[in-house]
Amino acid sequence: MARTIQSLERAAAVLRLLAGGERRLGLSDIASAIGLAKATTHGLLRTLQQEGFVEQDPSSGRYQLGAELLRLGNSYLDVHELRARALVWTDDLARSSGESAYVGVLHQQGVLIVHHVFRPDDSRQVLEVGAMQPLHSTALGKVLAAYDPVAHNEVMESDFAAITELTVTDPAEFERGLERVRARGWASDVGETWDGVASIAAPILDRRRMPVGAVGITGAEERMRSDGALSPRLIAAVRDCARSVSRDLGAGRF
Amino acid sequence: MTDAHDDTSGAPREYIAAIDQGTTSSRCIVFDRDGRVVSVEQKEHEQIFPKPGWVEHDATEIWTNVQEVVAGALAKARISKEQVKAIGITNQRETTLLWDRATGEPVHNAIVWQDTRTDALCRELGRNVGQDRFRRDTGLPLASYFAGPKIRWLLDNVEGLRERAERGEIMFGTMDSWVIWNLTGGTEGGVHVTDVTNASRTLLMSLRTLQWDEKICNSIGVPTALLPEIRSSAEVFGTARGGALDGVPVASALGDQQAALFGQTCFSVGEGKSTYGTGTFLLMNTGPKAINSYAGLVTTVGYRIGDQDPVYALEGSIAVTGALVQWMRDQMGLINSAAEIETLALSVDDNGGAYFVPAFSGLFAPYWRSDARGVISGLTRYVTKAHLARAVLEATAWQTREIVDAMKKDSGMELTTLKVDGGMTSNNLLMQNISDFLDVPVVRPMVSETTCLGAAYAAGLAVGFWNDVEDLRANWRRAAEWTPQMDAAERDREYQFWLKAVKRTMGWLDEES
Repeated sequence: MARTIQSLERAAAVLRLLAGGERRLGLSDIASAIGLAKATTHGLLRTLQQEGFVEQDPSSGRYQLGAELLRLGNSYLDVHELRARALVWTDDLARSSGESAYVGVLHQQGVLIVHHVFRPDDSRQVLEVGAMQPLHSTALGKVLAAYDPVAHNEVMESDFAAITELTVTDPAEFERGLERVRARGWASDVGETWDGVASIAAPILDRRRMPVGAVGITGAEERMRSDGALSPRLIAAVRDCARSVSRDLGAGRF
Repeated sequence: MTDAHDDTSGAPREYIAAIDQGTTSSRCIVFDRDGRVVSVEQKEHEQIFPKPGWVEHDATEIWTNVQEVVAGALAKARISKEQVKAIGITNQRETTLLWDRATGEPVHNAIVWQDTRTDALCRELGRNVGQDRFRRDTGLPLASYFAGPKIRWLLDNVEGLRERAERGEIMFGTMDSWVIWNLTGGTEGGVHVTDVTNASRTLLMSLRTLQWDEKICNSIGVPTALLPEIRSSAEVFGTARGGALDGVPVASALGDQQAALFGQTCFSVGEGKSTYGTGTFLLMNTGPKAINSYAGLVTTVGYRIGDQDPVYALEGSIAVTGALVQWMRDQMGLINSAAEIETLALSVDDNGGAYFVPAFSGLFAPYWRSDARGVISGLTRYVTKAHLARAVLEATAWQTREIVDAMKKDSGMELTTLKVDGGMTSNNLLMQNISDFLDVPVVRPMVSETTCLGAAYAAGLAVGFWNDVEDLRANWRRAAEWTPQMDAAERDREYQFWLKAVKRTMGWLDEES
C-alpha cells in the first residue's frame, strides 16, 4: 500500500467518532477516544471546523458534524434553483444589452438551455428552454469547457464537427482558445454556430467557486460588434450579470 | 444594476420613486423613464399575532421603515430629490388603521387583511340576507378581509374610541392613507385621502358613485367623519414635507393587486394579469362597467386616472398556490427548495392519474365552500412522489382555469392572453401547464416588479412624466412567452378529472354550528 497521510487518517477518525454514538462531544472526550493529545486534537478540530465539516456549539463548547458534510453528499445545484436565482439578473441583462439572454448548463455532451429571456423588441420569439447547443462552438459551451473539467473531457472526446465554415475543428486550436477564455474570463462565438450570429458568455460560480453554468447573450453580429471587435459594453454587461448571479449563489467577489 | 449617471444628454436624468407598503415589508424602488429598476431598498416589519387568527402591524414602525427605505433607495441610486419627479404609493390592501388627528398617534395596531377576528361580526352584519348583503353596491361579499368591519371592531373594542370618532378626533385609513398623510406633513397639514381602488376594498364605497355610501356606513356602524376623501388613483394629492423627498409631489395610490394590473399595462378590456405567490390573484380589466359576479368573484375598481372614467375589474383569488409547494417542502420533506418541485415533476411525463386539490382551508373562488378540505385522488400503486409533484403544479394551473372560466361566465369576455408575474413565474413547467390548461398564451414581462412599477406609472402619468398609457405600453417588454401545446381532447379529459377531484373535497366537515 502506498504511503498514507497521518493527519487525514486522524481527521477521518474524528468524523467517524462524531457520526456515531453521542454525536456531540467535548474536546477531552474526543482526544481520549482517539488516543491523541488535546493540543493535536484541537488542531484537527479547528481545521475541520474551518472547512465546515465540524461545528462547535457556542454555549457548551461541544463538537458535532457540520452542514458541509451534508452538502458534499448532495452537492449539485438544482438547475431550476439556478434559473430562479438568475431570473432578475438575466432580465436586466437582456434589457441593458438589447439582446436575448441564456443560461446554460452541461448536460451529457452538450449545453442544455435552462433559462431564456427574449430580446426586448416586439419581434416574435420562441422560448428555447430545454434546447441543446454544441459545446465546442457556442460561447456558453466554451465557458463550460474552460471552467468545468467534466465539460472539458466531454468536448475533447467529441468529433469537433464543422457546423459553419468558421467552426474551430482542430482540438489543439480549440484548447488554445480555452486558455484565452480562462485568461479573460469570458468566451465568444462569432459565426461559429450560426452564420451572422455572435454570442458572449461568462461563468456562473457557486459558493465554492465551482462552475455551475454559464450565462450569455446572442444576437446579430452587426449589433454585437463595434469597430470590428465585440462591443466592450456588451462584454461588461454579460460579466456583470455572471458576477451578480454568482454572488446570489454565495460566491465571493471575483 | 444600472448606473444612474450614464446619460449622454448632459441634463440630469429624471426618475419616479414608488413606495410599496406590503404585508411583510416596505419597499421603495426608483424607476427611470424606460420603466427600468434603478435601485431597490426594502425593510421587513414585525408580524404581531396576539391570538390565533389575529394579525396586527405596528403602524409607527411601518412609517419609520417607509422613511428609511425611501432615503435608502435614493442613496443607492445616487440621485437627489430634485431628480425625483413624483412619488407613487402601492400598499397591502384592506389593512385597517385608526389614528388621532391631533397627535398622529395610532389608537391601536393596524388590523391586517388576513386577520379573522371579524368573522362573527360579518355573519351578524349579514343578518337574514347573508354575505351578499352589500354585494350589489360594493361588489364585495361580507368577509373578514375587508376594512369596514375591522373599523367597527376597533370602535367597539377600544375604550372611548367611538365617542372620539364621533367628535371628529379620529382618522381612518388603509396603509395608502397612512403613508400619504404622514408624507404630506402629518399633523402639520397632512392630506387625508385614499384612492378608489383602496376605497373599493372597504365594503363602504358605492361602486357606481365612487363615494362613501352613507347607508352602508350606518349599517356597519362606521361614522363618516372618520373617512378620508376618495380621490382617483393618479393625481397629485399633495407634496412631501420634510424627509428625503421634501417637495416632491405625491401623485398616485393603488392597492397592490390593482397596481400590478397597471404595471402589466392591462389597459384594454379583457386584458388580465395573474400574480403567482403564496396565493394567487387574478384581475381582469372589464372597462368602464362594473360587472356583478354570480360566479363567486369580486367586483373592484381597477384604477382611475385623474378625472377620466373609472376602469373596473373582476378579481379572483386562489388561497393556496406557492403555499402548496412550500407544504411539499416543509411538511412533506419531498423537496429541499421550492425550485426543486420542477426537477421532481420533470422526472416523469405526466401526473400518473393523481390529482391534488389543496382546499386546506376550504374552497375559495368560484366555489366558496368552507366545509371542503384537501384531497389527493386517483392514487394507485403506480403513483410516485414525482407524479404528486406534477399534481401540485397542475393544481395551480387548474385553479387558474376555474377563475378564468368564472370571469368568462360573468363578463362574457374572452381572455386572450394571460400576463403573469410573481415568484412562481420562474417555474417553466407551471407556466407551460397554465398555457396548456387555459389554451391561451402566457407571457411574462421583463420587469418582475410590476406592483411598484404600476404605482410609479400612475404617479408619472399624473405629473406628465409620461404622456399617456400608450407611452407605458411602449415600455412593456416580453421576457418569455409560453404557447398552448396540449391536445384539446386531452385537456378536456384532464379537466373532467380535476373537477371530479374538486367534488370529493366538499362536505368533509359537518355543517358549521
